[in-house]
Amino acid sequence: MSTSELSEQRAGRPDEIEAVPVRHPGRWIASFVVVVIAASIVRSVITNPRFQWHTVGHYLFDPRILHGVRITIELTVLSMIIGILLGVLLAVMRLSPNPLISGSSWLYIWFFRGTPLLVQLLFWNFISALFPRIDLGIPFGPSFIHANANTLIPGFVAALLGFGLNEGAYMAEIVRAGMLSVGEGQTEAAQSLGMGRLAIMRLIVLPQAMRVIIPPTGNETISMLKNTSLVLVIASVFDLLFEASQIYSAQFNEIPLLIVVSIWYLALTSVLYVGQYFIERRYGRGFSRQQRVTMRARWLGSRGNPPVTDTG
Amino acid sequence: MSEPMVKSEGVHKRFGQLEVLKGISLEVQRGEVMCMLGPSGSGKSTFLRCINHLEKINAGRLSVDGELVGYREQGGKLHELPEREIAGKRAEIGMVFQHFNLFPHMTAIDNVMLAPVRVAKVSRGDARDRAADLLERVGLGDKLDTYPVALSGGQQQRVAIARALAMQPKLMLFDEPTSALDPELVGDVLDAMRQLARDGMTMIVVTHEMGFAREVADKAVFMDGGVVVEAGRPDEVLVSPQHERTKAFLSKVL
Repeated sequence: MSTSELSEQRAGRPDEIEAVPVRHPGRWIASFVVVVIAASIVRSVITNPRFQWHTVGHYLFDPRILHGVRITIELTVLSMIIGILLGVLLAVMRLSPNPLISGSSWLYIWFFRGTPLLVQLLFWNFISALFPRIDLGIPFGPSFIHANANTLIPGFVAALLGFGLNEGAYMAEIVRAGMLSVGEGQTEAAQSLGMGRLAIMRLIVLPQAMRVIIPPTGNETISMLKNTSLVLVIASVFDLLFEASQIYSAQFNEIPLLIVVSIWYLALTSVLYVGQYFIERRYGRGFSRQQRVTMRARWLGSRGNPPVTDTG
Repeated sequence: MSEPMVKSEGVHKRFGQLEVLKGISLEVQRGEVMCMLGPSGSGKSTFLRCINHLEKINAGRLSVDGELVGYREQGGKLHELPEREIAGKRAEIGMVFQHFNLFPHMTAIDNVMLAPVRVAKVSRGDARDRAADLLERVGLGDKLDTYPVALSGGQQQRVAIARALAMQPKLMLFDEPTSALDPELVGDVLDAMRQLARDGMTMIVVTHEMGFAREVADKAVFMDGGVVVEAGRPDEVLVSPQHERTKAFLSKVL
């Protein structure tokens, strides 16, 4: 293409359209209503002295509260680890060709999803009433280790068992859904290469299932973070809410301490959001042609159209 | 010639009440290329999958390289092979699928390296060299670290061929390898297969590519309704078929 032809083409290009945009009076009215409501809420929060913001500030980094935060994080992390490992195991069992194995997985899930978490927690708390002594050994044979249930399962362990075993049932369904989302062709291709069942599970199916598993698992983790406050009923595990309740029952300042608790839960949840974003990106590899869309680009980009590049 | 690579005698396969294979008997010699043709639902793909034990046969005898597929014969009785041994047998047979079935979470070279490293226990370095070499041979030397999603269908299928070859199979099975491809991408895949045939690989190819079958195959088989209607040299079966059913099919395909 010669230069004259090029310039001719440029000259022939029509002007960019500059039209008068459509007015949206409805949007303006709606925005106005929202702003008024928001402003009145903010005003009430700031001016109502009963929020006792100075007390909130005073207790936000109180050592007892910080200790409670630590226990809450520990409970969440450990329970989720138990839940996820158990979930993978139960999901693999559920998909086993052996009816006894898949059946027992089904039974487990049925039981732990079918009873309230709070009831399960209380059960674990009172386990010593059910099994005063715990013996480890050969079933129906001699036992090697004897222990008192109360010493073997203190409050914290009871809480972990309660949360972890319950979570396992929910995670099992999430993991199973993830594994079923991986096409049969993947398994067949791996089989035709001579790979065994477990290797296929670990190297082919699970890594791909992760993409489907992670978003609901993030949900579960956030639920778990907040559900750990149920340990209040065990009364020997000093998590965030329990520590706060100890303070306010002595000082009669429930509202500011509940605000402290909410601030901490919100902060921890926000951290989980960030973590989930990075894990999702890790397991999204190979599923999108646009590799590595940064968080920055996600927030800043896709606003308006990309700049038009003239390739004439 | 010595023992055939694949020997099938009266092979039957049922899915529930539906009989898909109704007695398939044929032989494929070492180094031979056999093309299987026929309308969809005729049982070609099922037969291919039986050879690799992705499906279990219900009756008849099927053997690869002189050994029964999926069973051991002992004292006049058939014993099912344990999963481990079946996997070992599968490792010696390469298979290429209609929809490629590449592992999307791995790059091209990782797809090719996977089985040598995990199944054949080759060292990563050696496996990598060989995988790069194979990808080079199918014309993808510049795509080693590309994920399948960024490859065209034809490129994906060539990675799949390299992946199957990485286990140094003694037999290659192709299940409609070009059926899911855009017409202009078919050529590259067929070239890779042609090269393979020239190198002396024993191949069974389920295909609708008449040109390829006529040019490359040593034997052509026409199947319909779960039976072999006609088998023989490609020019016999494809150019001057004896059976009406074959003639009718070919007149529609060509």
